[in-house]
Amino acid sequence: MSIVIDRRLNDRNKSAVNRERFLRRYKEQIRKSVSDMVSKRSITDMDRGGDVQIPTRDISEPTFHHGQGGDREMILPGNKQFSPGDKLKRPEGGGGGGGNGSGGDGQSENSEDEFTFTLSREEFMNLFFDDLELPHLIRNVVGDVREYKMQRAGYTPSGVPANLSVTRSLRQALARRIALESPLKKQMAELKTREVPPDDEIAELQKRIDRVPFLDEFDLRYRHRVKVPQPISRAVMFCLMDVSASMTEDKKDLAKRFYTLLYLFLSRKYEKVELVFIRHTDNAQEVDEDAFFHDRQSGGTVVLSALKLMQEIMTARYPSDAWNIYGAQVSDGDAFGADPEKSRACLTEQLLPHSRYFAYIEVPDDPMRTSPLSYAYQRIDSDKFAMSSVTHRGEVYPVLRELFKKEAA
Amino acid sequence: MNALEAGPLSTGAEWTFELIERYDRAIGDIALNEYKLDIFPNQIEVIASEQMLDAYASVGLPIGYPHWSYGKEFIRNEQMYRKGQRGLAYEIVINSNPCIAYLMEENSLPMQALVIAHACYGHNSFFKGNYLFKQWTNADAIIDYMVFARNYVMKCEDRYGHAAVEEILDSCHALQSHGVDRYRHPAPLSADEERLRQREREDYAWKQYDDIWRTLPSRGSHDESKNAAAGNYPPEPQENLLYFVEKHAPKLEPWQRELVRIVRKMAQYFYPQGMTKVMNEGWATFWHYTLLNRLYDKGLVDDGFMLEVLSSHTNVVAQRGFDQRGYGGINPYALGFAMMTDIRRICENPTPEDHEWFPDIAGGDWLKVLDFAMRNYKDESFIGQFLSPRLIRDFHLFAIADHAQDEHLVVDSIHNEQGYRRVRQLLSQQYNRDGQVPDIQVVRYDHRGDRSLTIQHRRHRGRPLGEESGEVLKHLARLWGFTVRLHTVDEKGKLLEQRETRGT
Repeated sequence: MSIVIDRRLNDRNKSAVNRERFLRRYKEQIRKSVSDMVSKRSITDMDRGGDVQIPTRDISEPTFHHGQGGDREMILPGNKQFSPGDKLKRPEGGGGGGGNGSGGDGQSENSEDEFTFTLSREEFMNLFFDDLELPHLIRNVVGDVREYKMQRAGYTPSGVPANLSVTRSLRQALARRIALESPLKKQMAELKTREVPPDDEIAELQKRIDRVPFLDEFDLRYRHRVKVPQPISRAVMFCLMDVSASMTEDKKDLAKRFYTLLYLFLSRKYEKVELVFIRHTDNAQEVDEDAFFHDRQSGGTVVLSALKLMQEIMTARYPSDAWNIYGAQVSDGDAFGADPEKSRACLTEQLLPHSRYFAYIEVPDDPMRTSPLSYAYQRIDSDKFAMSSVTHRGEVYPVLRELFKKEAA
Repeated sequence: MNALEAGPLSTGAEWTFELIERYDRAIGDIALNEYKLDIFPNQIEVIASEQMLDAYASVGLPIGYPHWSYGKEFIRNEQMYRKGQRGLAYEIVINSNPCIAYLMEENSLPMQALVIAHACYGHNSFFKGNYLFKQWTNADAIIDYMVFARNYVMKCEDRYGHAAVEEILDSCHALQSHGVDRYRHPAPLSADEERLRQREREDYAWKQYDDIWRTLPSRGSHDESKNAAAGNYPPEPQENLLYFVEKHAPKLEPWQRELVRIVRKMAQYFYPQGMTKVMNEGWATFWHYTLLNRLYDKGLVDDGFMLEVLSSHTNVVAQRGFDQRGYGGINPYALGFAMMTDIRRICENPTPEDHEWFPDIAGGDWLKVLDFAMRNYKDESFIGQFLSPRLIRDFHLFAIADHAQDEHLVVDSIHNEQGYRRVRQLLSQQYNRDGQVPDIQVVRYDHRGDRSLTIQHRRHRGRPLGEESGEVLKHLARLWGFTVRLHTVDEKGKLLEQRETRGT
């Protein structure tokens, strides 16, 4: 009378569409959370999900219901010492749980002020990319593992003739022949030992033995190959930043997004990506990520010092025949005297020949003015070099467009 | 009776499909033949825990239309479940024909048997027998209707955009608790009919539209203008706000009306569940307890099985005191189970007190009395009728009066001779819908003038509306499209306050 059905194999993600709607509706709040996370996290740590908090009152659904005040009685269980007429202090915050009776599924107003939930890695990355106004084609390049290598993975009974494995197929055939023929042969041997060998039976058996084919279709074995994701090799990414006093927190935040995007791109492409942080004022230092983004320095600006340091580190630790070298420079464009020209020369002659790509973004105070550094850099003619002036997050991506385009093609 | 009685059906905690069927047969045999329960056919579905989370989010229905609030619910549950703050319900059962019950894959065999007894025989017979369910829901049609609703909502999204559909649904959800008929019987519907009627309504509206009618001088509308002059449309106040919106909102497109209707139908479907929480859970708990004990008596299950069942049962029916940690109101399972068991006790072993309080049923046939109670009562009346002094003592129930003009809360009555009737009456009122949902009705639709809508909130014992009312009013104004006024009156009808929101 009852039917028992196994539904475990049914689709498990029925609520995904509703979840997605929820995320879309509260995109602004979630984006703010994501933005906070981006600034708190390390570049190398960006590539995962995270917890998002939304104030509960923002997502509550209003209904007509009774508020505080007026007269009512409540029934509570568990009386120990009360007698009729006892007076009690009103509890702080009022309400009490007593009156809730059979109220539907209970739109319980829990005291949680924040609605917390976890974004998956994809959701997080999507919001991050949204922020950078990254085109969808590029998201795939940055967001997914795209390089594959074919790798052998045993044998399969089906495939194209080119992959036919002769040895395997013959071995299979041999096994099959032994399995099918041996009982018949045994029988034959037994018949032959009889005093009067029954010829017709022997002939019949011989026929059956002959009918076993030498090679049958299901003996065939093909070499099986599968695609395995394969990052190419290793790369090093130099992050160069001007940290003189004119670089504000906003500019650094922009810079961080720029570095992160490049890093994500590289970490998809290469098995191993090392980061080198070089900050400079009038002299350059190699520092760790935290110091890079958060320490303040004072002093002048000599861009060349950073490029020189990069070159030193390159020759000492990252020979260009063993490493793919990427450079990413952020500055507000201030440079004085001969520095811009010297930097340009150093970049074109020393660095670019050994690099895969070098991107420069400028975060100027006044976007209309051409800074001395960009004036010099504009004359670099190389398809390994890209530069742009950026005042808003959405403008970060175009700097890397050429690089991504090449890879996406 | 049969060969199975030779020994236990099985031992050990692992379940298999074959065992589930065997237990179902054994339980069904007792339920139907010994206790004469009347049920819909059962459809038992085994699901994984993620699927249970999905089912939670869609308020227990196997299918629903997409909306962000379900996503919120899903995320909330998932988060709590992952952090271990909350376990999942062992079962979900759907009031449909056949009656669909979900069993979770993680449950042990005794738990599966408990769930089968609880859902497939307890809830199932309640759905089939209780007058509210009979009157307000149509078990044959609900799944079909949800399929229709889902497809319709998704079609509208394609045609008019997500945002437009979401707006309407949000507004309807805000008014959901005021989208319920309490006193009329809706015609049963099937998905096909519903679709047909929807198309007809739409076609009719198209066909009737003819610009020329607008230019005719009105002659025949004498009656209406008289009515309008008197200013009393609708002639009687209407308590079903969503219904009124669906039928009369001046600006809604046909598809928007259909969405209002879908939300209203859903609210109506869940209405009996809200009215019978204590009874429904009490009934189901009573039966899983009774049926499984009977299995044990017949020697079909062993001690280990029974221990696990009882430990789980005890957790379900635990009632914490108001001052204990984890107190979350009166537990409907505990109260319901205690009352059902108590009715059986009153029938089987009445005390002099019972004879005084329940002369009709004391010493009667408990099966008949329980069946009668299940069929003809809802929580409010069930408690008003059957809560015995003995249970009031067992639960140590007491009443607190919270009156606005008193500085203190006052203990109104306790579990003593003078208090029994008062406690029982108050508890019964606590399950009265009026105590939970404010009384708000449409009193005037100025359809000849500025098309404004006036709704009236009649304060119940001076209790004001919650702070969110302004928001809800905005939602109503969005659906209505013109000005919406909210009048608050006291119990005698004196106007206390009015609020107004302009439509867009």
